[in-house]
Amino acid sequence: MYVYDQVDRNLVAERVAQYRDQVRRFLAGDLTEDEFRPLRLQNGLYIQKYAPMLRVAIPYGLLSAVQLRMLAAIARRYDRGYGHFSTRQNIQYNWPRLEDSPDILADLASVEMHAIQTSGNCVRNITSDEFAGVAPDEIVDPRPLCEVLRQWSTFHPEFSFLPRKFKIAINGSVEDRSATAFHDIGLYLCRAPDGELGLRVLVGGGMGRTPIVGTVIREFLPWQHMMTYVECILRVYNRYGRRDNIYKARIKILVKALGAEEFARQVEEEWALAKDGPGTLTEEELKRVSAYFTAPDYEPRPADEGEFERRIAESRGFARWAGRAMRPHRVPGYRAVVLSLKKTGVAPGDATAEQMEQVADWSERYGFGEIRVSHEQNLILPDVRAGDLFTLWEQARKAGLATPNLGLLTDIIACPGGDFCSLANAKSIPIAEAIQRRFDDLDYLHDIGELNLNISGCMNSCGHHHAGHIGILGVDKDGEEWYQVSIGGADGSAAGHGRSAIGRVIGPSFKAEDMADVVSRLVEIYLENRETGEHFVDTVERLGIAPFKAGVYGTPVRTKKEPSEGVVADA
Amino acid sequence: MPEIIRASAVVADDWQILRPAAETPLAEVEIPVGRVVVPLALWLERSAELLSRGDTGVWLSGTDDPAPLVRWLPQLPLVAVDFPKFTDGRGYSVAYLLRSRFGYRGELRAIGDVLPDQLFFMRRVGFDSFAVRSDKDIQQALRSLQPFSDVYQGSWDNPVPAFRRHPRAWPGQHDGN
Repeated sequence: MYVYDQVDRNLVAERVAQYRDQVRRFLAGDLTEDEFRPLRLQNGLYIQKYAPMLRVAIPYGLLSAVQLRMLAAIARRYDRGYGHFSTRQNIQYNWPRLEDSPDILADLASVEMHAIQTSGNCVRNITSDEFAGVAPDEIVDPRPLCEVLRQWSTFHPEFSFLPRKFKIAINGSVEDRSATAFHDIGLYLCRAPDGELGLRVLVGGGMGRTPIVGTVIREFLPWQHMMTYVECILRVYNRYGRRDNIYKARIKILVKALGAEEFARQVEEEWALAKDGPGTLTEEELKRVSAYFTAPDYEPRPADEGEFERRIAESRGFARWAGRAMRPHRVPGYRAVVLSLKKTGVAPGDATAEQMEQVADWSERYGFGEIRVSHEQNLILPDVRAGDLFTLWEQARKAGLATPNLGLLTDIIACPGGDFCSLANAKSIPIAEAIQRRFDDLDYLHDIGELNLNISGCMNSCGHHHAGHIGILGVDKDGEEWYQVSIGGADGSAAGHGRSAIGRVIGPSFKAEDMADVVSRLVEIYLENRETGEHFVDTVERLGIAPFKAGVYGTPVRTKKEPSEGVVADA
Repeated sequence: MPEIIRASAVVADDWQILRPAAETPLAEVEIPVGRVVVPLALWLERSAELLSRGDTGVWLSGTDDPAPLVRWLPQLPLVAVDFPKFTDGRGYSVAYLLRSRFGYRGELRAIGDVLPDQLFFMRRVGFDSFAVRSDKDIQQALRSLQPFSDVYQGSWDNPVPAFRRHPRAWPGQHDGN
């Protein structure tokens, strides 16, 4: 993985010093709350319901064992012994003190990490495929260009006060594992017929209040132009994006208002003047950065596959886990392994300091000291020998990290919600738990098959509810927490056969205590109607939402328990 | 006399920023004596008169298109870009375009809600003078002009990104390891 050189080290160290001084000035009263806000936000510090929240970047989801141990140490030293992995390949600490935040950033800097631009109206953490470099369906490893773009976007002087936040994802595989089409800029790495490396450029995707799947504005952009082209997109957005209304300030609104074609024309016009400038990426620099992402020294052991097969035959539990947690690896004899952070009773995406340390240990024992973080809020060991899988499973099980639910209904994506977040309208965590408890029968869960269930506590959509096969959105009605349900969303991954789609709302919202029943009904309708090989989302696609709507609203949801409290319609 | 930052020093400055009331017709706006910076619309309306006056500069808002000003840029002693709120970042692009696209080489000043922690970004996109908001410590602002010893990406101050400026470490070339 990438290793900081003197340039990177200086920048991060100087950033810590700058921020330390800003905190000092704020505490001394030289900076007002309004003046300090953008400064702390660009260093990842929010003020939340009960305490500040610090969001730390995990660039393109890549961590070393040393870094993960530091994340654990920070959780212990400055927080309450755990952290929350978010849908944007960040980790969030819920209980740090403002006064400690400069020290936390200094600790992060000591392991080549930071919280730069994890919030605020600037270019955020660049996200990517958690299986980059090991996936058999990879066209081009996206990590070098992610790193190049990370550096380019860090403290960009022209784009640090954009109309709104700005998210970029790069995907380099056949399968889109980065929800790329839901980003302000989505870049798909590809090759021209002559083998030239390039990018397909999407703009204006996003979730939030106005969910939109991004539009292609350029089919093929040769790799060396990535930064100048992104610069031109950002310049058009910075100048013409709306600033009068926070809900209409994202680039997607500008793209929609102008039309994608006109937006593309303006970008191309700008780019005609910026193209081939000094910002053009050089072959030398791409080679240099790529040299940090070469394959480790794999040494497959011939006996491994036999050992693995024997264990599968012997242990149903292991077979079930491996069937879900294992992902193919481009090197025979190896697998990528997803460690589930979706155990029932634990907030989705949360990991304790002990768990982080154990994962760091396993990454060294069973791999090359590397860990990945996925937008589905799980941790990945990318290089596990087939012969080590059984031992890893036994250990992961003890650590509560081997729930065999990856890609299944209980592998719920959820934001921290109303339990922590001051933006939330409603809680997410208890809803996730109620649903996980309802679907605790593993045979049933596995029979239901691939199903992405995503929960957001408010319209900001941190829980990606729009892209969920089942999406749940917390809404506020007269001070009460209600939940709106949508179906048919898809994040571009194989679970939805590559489609990127926004879910459709099935009808009036529900109370928290009804949510497990509502999901049960949706699943029953799917099971009654599915054709061979269909996932939940395929059946929704084929039948439309009508039968699901009829099945859910046909009779009051809670007739069995409290007949008086049926479904209450939205006003 | 108010103080500003120019060429990395705090100096006294007598340019007045003219912000006429929106309802006053441009033809009727009174131009005070002395060195005055007028809004773009006023300049475009009365450029002949203002040009003969000599000591006149022009300020642009973030929504102004700098293109119509281009023909006068070589004669202007001062161009300013207004930041109505420090969080409104349009002025950064306007400044960058004035410098890099339209070739303005005179003094380029940031006016309005100009706070110490913005100066680093402002200087990089092409501003060389800063009317720091009067309630802020201008010496503090001067100290925060240059918080970083290097930068990754090019901008007006140095269009060449770090990877083209000096050799960066390849794997195994790191000091200490």
